[in-house]
Amino acid sequence: MEPTPAPTKPTFSPAAQAEIKRLLTHYPEERSKSALLPILHIAQAEFGGWVSPEVQDLVAETLGIKPIEVYEVSSFYTQYNLKPVGKHVLEICRTGPCMLRGSDELTAHLERITGAKVGGTSPDGTFTLKEVECLAACGFAPIVQVREKYYEQLDTPEAVDAMLNELKSLVHRPILPWEETGLPNSLKNY
Amino acid sequence: MGRKLLTEHINVEGINTFEVYRKHGGYRSVEKALKTMTPDEVVEEVKKSGLRGRGGAGFPTGMKWSFLAKPEGVPRYLVCNADESEPGTFKDRQLMSKLPHLLIEGMITGSYALGARTSYIYIRGELLYVLRILEKAIAEAYAAGFLGENILGSGYSLDLHVHPGAGAYICGEETALLESLEGKRGNPRNKPPFPAVQGLYARPTVVNNVETIAAVVPIINEGGDEYAKLGVGKSTGTKLISACGHLNKPGIYEIELGVPVEEFIYSDEYCGGIWKGRDLKAVVAGGSSVPILPKELILKTAAGENRLMTYESLSDGGFVTGTMLGSGGFIAMDETTCIVKNTWNFSRFYHHESCGQCSPCREGTGWMEKVLHRLEHGHGSMHDIDLLVSVAKQIEGNTICPLGEAAAWPVAAAVRHFRHEFEWHVTNPKEATAPGAAYRGAAVLA
Repeated sequence: MEPTPAPTKPTFSPAAQAEIKRLLTHYPEERSKSALLPILHIAQAEFGGWVSPEVQDLVAETLGIKPIEVYEVSSFYTQYNLKPVGKHVLEICRTGPCMLRGSDELTAHLERITGAKVGGTSPDGTFTLKEVECLAACGFAPIVQVREKYYEQLDTPEAVDAMLNELKSLVHRPILPWEETGLPNSLKNY
Repeated sequence: MGRKLLTEHINVEGINTFEVYRKHGGYRSVEKALKTMTPDEVVEEVKKSGLRGRGGAGFPTGMKWSFLAKPEGVPRYLVCNADESEPGTFKDRQLMSKLPHLLIEGMITGSYALGARTSYIYIRGELLYVLRILEKAIAEAYAAGFLGENILGSGYSLDLHVHPGAGAYICGEETALLESLEGKRGNPRNKPPFPAVQGLYARPTVVNNVETIAAVVPIINEGGDEYAKLGVGKSTGTKLISACGHLNKPGIYEIELGVPVEEFIYSDEYCGGIWKGRDLKAVVAGGSSVPILPKELILKTAAGENRLMTYESLSDGGFVTGTMLGSGGFIAMDETTCIVKNTWNFSRFYHHESCGQCSPCREGTGWMEKVLHRLEHGHGSMHDIDLLVSVAKQIEGNTICPLGEAAAWPVAAAVRHFRHEFEWHVTNPKEATAPGAAYRGAAVLA
């Protein structure tokens, strides 16, 4: 039987390395750990939308800190995905103001049409559904965040279809600096 | 129509660029402060303005600034709290996206007043697109000589950076925010020492909300006394109100403090009334953590006076019949709203967002969520209603940071004013849990 090949150690792309170098200039030299949260965002964008233990170890090595210092942070903040995710992660706001404007119905609708359950990924690997707390766009509820973009006022099937069609047309690629997916409608009127 | 000090030019095309912003009077406050005022004079103007923290606590900004320790040779910091995440609040996102230079201008003037040489904007991680807008604007400000070495030849130098969080409501608490900025979990710190003495990297630090820092710009331009002429009593100036829920025109409104609540809800200048021609049932006036009030008490105080959009008027009656202006997150609920379900939803939020450090909060928020869940689903008992009040009371005042109170207050107020609706879920579970069911009985007003 063939021995299982050792997993290849992840490395940051040159673009990511350049961005990390820039970020490190923002903090006092002896306080470079400050860059941990932004570097984890970069890592998540680079390595398929989640941060594996190997990727977290790479982040620790990059900052010269202990791996545990990365694990305790990655497990605290909800934006870091600690398990593999689908091509598009749909983060549905479930908090009061969105609930008042139909987020429960939106979640049920998204589960039906994507085939994914909240907390899981559709069988074809396209969509992961994740419920999140207040996204701070309550006047434009209900809202879904996909990577950097907010999709707002998703209170009709047509609005949801428009979002999904836009997502299907996006080519998934490593993103750096953060991908230009455009601004949400509520911020567009200028 | 009141004056707009922050958002007057918000819809001007290109106002997000340095050039257009400058053409509309941008960066005058920096010129005025750096060329004609000492740092202490800037602090003095802010004191005179009566400006109070716009993030929710309402603490006088000038006083907060004057508490900053200034030991020789030790760097100090101004940190902008752009972690906007109090449910119902969405004003800072709008302000930063559309008027990034307004915040940057306020940061420069504020940093000069406090003697900071490096300042940070801590923005919630969900808003990476806004972070990019800010970084672009910061680069423009550097290029124009308003950031970096020797700004406008004044000898004053400042670096400004934007730092993202990654999804944690608790990082809106200022010491949790500082922990997060240091690359750690967002666990609030024990106080004292306060950030004014030991903040970021254990250096003296002031943390201010986005809107607070933006308000420094008109205060310096027009003078603190002029600013204080707007508003009513100790509620001076203008405030951004984020209006959401069952309104005809949800959105962000810059109001002069003192607008009657009734006018704010019903007039076409503001929210245009309740959607679908329905009646108003209740309002959460200052973000999810402030006490909910039934229609009668949000429109008029217990004494029958018109309730105004001011810190004082909204808190008239204390927590018996009043509430708080808080962050200005104004959530309106129509007559079909189930208060039990809504209270459960907010409880789940606080349980989810508790950092887990203090057991009264960690355990209490989960307990309240569970009890509310069974009440909402028709499995609760009368005892559960009193249990909620008891748990809320035991969280309050027994935690390191105010998340405990933020979780306890909405539950206590919901039971106080809508006890009949909770009881109805116990006595008539079938009816209460039917789809679209809503209790239409009277609320408790005293």
